[in-house]
Amino acid sequence: MSEELVFRYDVNGDDFTSAGQASVQVKRNLRQLGLDSDTIRRVSIAMYEGEINMVIHAGGGVAEVRVSEDCITIVLTDKGPGIKDIEKAMQEGYSTAPDEIRSLGFGAGMGLPNMKRHTDSIEIDSVLGVGTTITMKVNLG
Amino acid sequence: MTVAELAAGCGFEVLCLPEPEREVDGVYIGDLLSWVMGRARQDNAWITIMSNVNVIAVGTLSDVSCILFAEGVLPEADIIETAKAKGVNLLVTPMPAYEAAIKLHEAL
Repeated sequence: MSEELVFRYDVNGDDFTSAGQASVQVKRNLRQLGLDSDTIRRVSIAMYEGEINMVIHAGGGVAEVRVSEDCITIVLTDKGPGIKDIEKAMQEGYSTAPDEIRSLGFGAGMGLPNMKRHTDSIEIDSVLGVGTTITMKVNLG
Repeated sequence: MTVAELAAGCGFEVLCLPEPEREVDGVYIGDLLSWVMGRARQDNAWITIMSNVNVIAVGTLSDVSCILFAEGVLPEADIIETAKAKGVNLLVTPMPAYEAAIKLHEAL
């Protein structure tokens, strides 16, 4: 694989029940590429958490997955309110999700920590009132 | 042990079994989906009382071998259809999670 493969998905912000569709699609695509199941799992979990975050907090966004020879890069971009305190948001259990989201089993404050745990690197670029871009990498081989 | 054997052996009711031959390895119990997502291992049987459609996405992505609804919790029919389409095995039992886990422990 010498060329970079790019998958791009729109994450619909209005429909919480459809959240996860992009991640499931990514999983399917990565499987077709013949990647090992642990890598696929890590990428799809990290991406799902990001997708859920975009739906809960930002009214949706765009997810891009790039597959190159040595790593998979996930870039999540939204035009949401931005993250006020990134350090706090990275702590397990810290959440600003509303109650109705919690009643669905989310909002436990595990999103960003899970994304960090399942990837080799994570960069968060957030501007209040403008949006957030999260770049995660999972190394291959 | 496969999911089909497990369901029969433990007396769990089958809601859908699109992947009956999947092997079950270990058990995870939890209702906070992000928590389950981060901690459940591949091929685990996942016991939960959550039954919304996001449960199916979490089941797919964390690659559990089946989802076992405890306390007789029943998902809506369209959620069962989604699970079928995505290849996620769904079982249900009237038992609470603890008792279901003991059953699974004895069977596995």
